[in-house]
Amino acid sequence: MNTTSNTPFLKQPRVQRVLYPALVAIVLVALWHGLVVGLELPPYLVPSPGLMMETLIKDWSTLFNSLIITMKITVLSFVVAVVVGVLISFLFVQSRLIETALFPYAVLLQVTPIVAIAPLIIIWVKQPTASLVVCAALVALFPIISNTTLGLRSVDPDLQSYFKMNRATRGQMLWRLRIPSALPYFFGGLRISSGLALIGAVVAEFVAGTGGTNTGLAYQILMAGYQLDIPRMFAALLLISLAGVFLFVLMAWLTKVSLGSWHASEIEQ
Amino acid sequence: MKTDQPSAAPAIDIQGVQKTYPNGTVALQPVDLTVREGEFVTLLGPSGCGKSTLLKMVAGLLEPSSGSLKLWGQGVSQLEKSGHRLAFVFQSPTLMPWASVQTNVRLPLDLAGVPRAEADARVADALALVGLSRFAKALPRALSGGMQMRVSIARGLVVEPTLLLMDEPFGALDEITRHKLDADLLELWQKKNLSVVFVTHSIHEAVFLSSRVVMMAARPGRIVEEFQIDQPYPRTPDFMVSTEFSHYAKQLQDSLLRASRDTTESAHA
Repeated sequence: MNTTSNTPFLKQPRVQRVLYPALVAIVLVALWHGLVVGLELPPYLVPSPGLMMETLIKDWSTLFNSLIITMKITVLSFVVAVVVGVLISFLFVQSRLIETALFPYAVLLQVTPIVAIAPLIIIWVKQPTASLVVCAALVALFPIISNTTLGLRSVDPDLQSYFKMNRATRGQMLWRLRIPSALPYFFGGLRISSGLALIGAVVAEFVAGTGGTNTGLAYQILMAGYQLDIPRMFAALLLISLAGVFLFVLMAWLTKVSLGSWHASEIEQ
Repeated sequence: MKTDQPSAAPAIDIQGVQKTYPNGTVALQPVDLTVREGEFVTLLGPSGCGKSTLLKMVAGLLEPSSGSLKLWGQGVSQLEKSGHRLAFVFQSPTLMPWASVQTNVRLPLDLAGVPRAEADARVADALALVGLSRFAKALPRALSGGMQMRVSIARGLVVEPTLLLMDEPFGALDEITRHKLDADLLELWQKKNLSVVFVTHSIHEAVFLSSRVVMMAARPGRIVEEFQIDQPYPRTPDFMVSTEFSHYAKQLQDSLLRASRDTTESAHA
């Protein structure tokens, strides 16, 4: 009916992308609230959404501090994973021999559950923050290595021939051809890796948490569990989820800023 | 008038050049071929006849297994010594998707370290030659297939080549665009006094463009026949509907059929 150039506000894709998930959230929260009230669930089993928010505000200073610590570990480990992962990828693309020899160990690193090696790392690396960063970085490392390596190898063979024919140096090949070709893959790796860094940070803290020196969100959840303070546990969970969403949105934005112009048409009219 | 004069100096001199791949496949039996300065030679033949292989060996993208290949009396890698330059145009536009038209065309100059101001002036000239000045700042994906091919040709022309090698450059384009680019190519060839080796599997394109057509056959790849297209340039679209055109097309058609049929018989001129 309304297919003219000025689409109604509610039918714009951009509005719908926000509106529809928001509607689902409202329905879910209402359902949650209704069930808690209707079934008279006690707060130590399932708190109502209102109680969760109340706790979040009441314990804000503690929880926010924990959030900062968890985010600090996440960001540090993410940066470490990106730097180390990219360096390893550059090493891998230098020769097939190096990649063939070392890639199985990258896989080994990936398939070993972090909870299994975290205690070891926590013993070996004495400094608590550093040990958590190492654990989380190990979790976040593999997508960076595999995606960047794939990207650096995904060069148009004809374009590569063209560079060779024009006697491009190794450095020119890397900067002008391999790195730009790898960027879309690299950003794909960043998206996966940023989420994994958060998961790694939380898991590592769970393992280390009994040490009592760290008060990240995982530690808050552990403590809340011991004290049966379930509303607080929910509040901490909410913060972790929001942090994850924030990282995802940030990475999506970064991708768009860096690669968006490949897609945009800049034709002068 | 610019037709092939037997007296003109040889630009390409190929003696007994052959290509055998490490797995034993004979891509090209020993061939002899001389392309004189200012000639427009087309390599025509069924797929697998080694026409692209031969062209890539002339460009230095592939090493001949044996035989002698000279460009203006020099080996392919020593071409600069003779004061000549070659440009290679691939089957696909082979552009960097992340770089503007301007940057793509400037690539061979950037790789050679030509100062920026001089490079930019030459890029502007090359873009003007192919009629794309307005699109200097556009990204390749904003252009049509035909326009992308023009960018690729401009990138070839910017090095001021004397030899232009083209590997089925317009094969993926629609008929109308192809005719337009064929006509433009002839104009450039005359204006720039180029020697051209052009690979195609289109009989009509071969007749329209070439001063000489070299027919090749497959399994094993070899040269079977040569045809002189004794028609004056500039050639207009009227030529395509003339009786001479049909005559040449018929000759090539019969030759192509023979070349496709007897794949075992050895080369004859």
